[in-house]
Amino acid sequence: MQQLSSEIEGTFRREYGRAVAVLTRFLGDISLAEEAVQEAYATALERWPRAGIPPSPAGWIIATARNKALDRLRRESTRADRERAAQVSADQEESEEQEEPEEHDVRDDHLRLIFTCCHPALASEAQLALSLRLLGGLTTDEIARAFLVPVSTMAQRISRAKAKIRDAGIPYRVPEAAELPVRLRAVLMVVYLIFNEGYSASSGDQLVRPDFCDEAIRLGRQLAELLPEESEVIGLLALMLFIDARRDTRAVGGNFVKLADQDRDSWNQLHIEEGRYLLRICLERNRPGPYQLQAAINAVHCDAPTTADTDWQQIVMLYDQLMAIAPSPVVALNRAVAVAELEGADRALRLVDEIELRHYHLFHAVRADFLRRLGRSADAATEYRIAIEKCANKMERDFLVRQYRSLPGQ
Amino acid sequence: MKNYLLSVCYPAESTQPSPDVLNRIMSDVAAVRKEMQAAGVWLFSGGLYPTGSATVLRHQDGEIVITDGPFIESKEQIGGFTILAAPDLDAAIAWAGKLARAATTPIEVRPFMECSN
Repeated sequence: MQQLSSEIEGTFRREYGRAVAVLTRFLGDISLAEEAVQEAYATALERWPRAGIPPSPAGWIIATARNKALDRLRRESTRADRERAAQVSADQEESEEQEEPEEHDVRDDHLRLIFTCCHPALASEAQLALSLRLLGGLTTDEIARAFLVPVSTMAQRISRAKAKIRDAGIPYRVPEAAELPVRLRAVLMVVYLIFNEGYSASSGDQLVRPDFCDEAIRLGRQLAELLPEESEVIGLLALMLFIDARRDTRAVGGNFVKLADQDRDSWNQLHIEEGRYLLRICLERNRPGPYQLQAAINAVHCDAPTTADTDWQQIVMLYDQLMAIAPSPVVALNRAVAVAELEGADRALRLVDEIELRHYHLFHAVRADFLRRLGRSADAATEYRIAIEKCANKMERDFLVRQYRSLPGQ
Repeated sequence: MKNYLLSVCYPAESTQPSPDVLNRIMSDVAAVRKEMQAAGVWLFSGGLYPTGSATVLRHQDGEIVITDGPFIESKEQIGGFTILAAPDLDAAIAWAGKLARAATTPIEVRPFMECSN
């Protein structure tokens, strides 16, 4: 029984985004769509244990939610709702032939909902919250806990975003070809933010939140399926797979382990293989972008059987390309780390000193590491102290404290 | 169709551009207006005198009290606005983008409430 209800929960979570997407088109309103899907969930909890899980759970959820919405609209007394019910009913009769919606319709709806959640007229924190709620099927409680804000704050953030979509008339459609590149960038950014929040939780005790990584990869796969011609979509999926392959080796016994010290034999080879396959597709198309280049950098790490075998020349070259098309202080910092391996910490320290990134704990952690390698222990100690103070994640902070204590004289 | 208010925003402190620049802006804005009219989306537009010209009225104890405006002293001011009818926010944003380029100032897009009757 317990197992079955968690199976039902899992099915609904997986299908939530697609179901809400289809219902939003029927009902013209996201909140009504969500209510309908939740009613279908309640029905499933009651019926599935007796009747068994239907052969096509996704189709069942959408058909049931649609009927629930229709019942509700008919019950409600306002004229506008009755008109809407009549409209939905007419739409439904047109498609009476098949009880379940066509797969390509579902896919189009899903893509529409993704672009609506990531509309640039919504603040990025609202895009993130809305995507996790509507596309990921996470509860408001779970999202609030992940971002360490009160549930009421998160509930308000999500309901305000939904109100803006409704009131401002944010359209429920896939952008036209001319706007697609810019709009897609926002979508990929949200997916990557979800992944990063999972891979390196910005705060809290846990280093990795696997559910967020899994969710981001799932969204990445769906996007790759929906927009297979977009190389950056493929690149992002490859990037997430390469990084996620190292997930289990990044924290051992509650301690953070840096890349050089990770057990490479325990990296997820299936993820790495899939990442390589995707990257080959990108290389053949030869339309490089920031995500593809980052994926390529991570592929080089995965190719090296030991840290000493890493092709740092190749990595620095890829960072040069990345700096050419998408320069940022964080990219410059990562490039400096690679330069340190190739040309020494002295050269790398000079590069880092030109970067404006003093609010970022890793800037200080990288600088501290270079100073340590150069034997400047006192300077390294000062730098570690700043890094520790700025680091909000407990496990990463503990690692920095260990580095600090291992300095001669500490 | 929804109606949208496109407000031309500029910092209260900003100095007026030179006559040449201003003329250029005026003719660019007029061109966008003509384009909106030709597309059938334009409902109304106009520029406003500075806030020093504003007057505020309050209904207080059964009387109308008149004071020198503006109602709110703010760092940003509205220099003019356009009202247009568009199918959705993306369409309004596309027009607002053209206006921002022409006016060389930020444009705020706000939806009007739908009239229920």
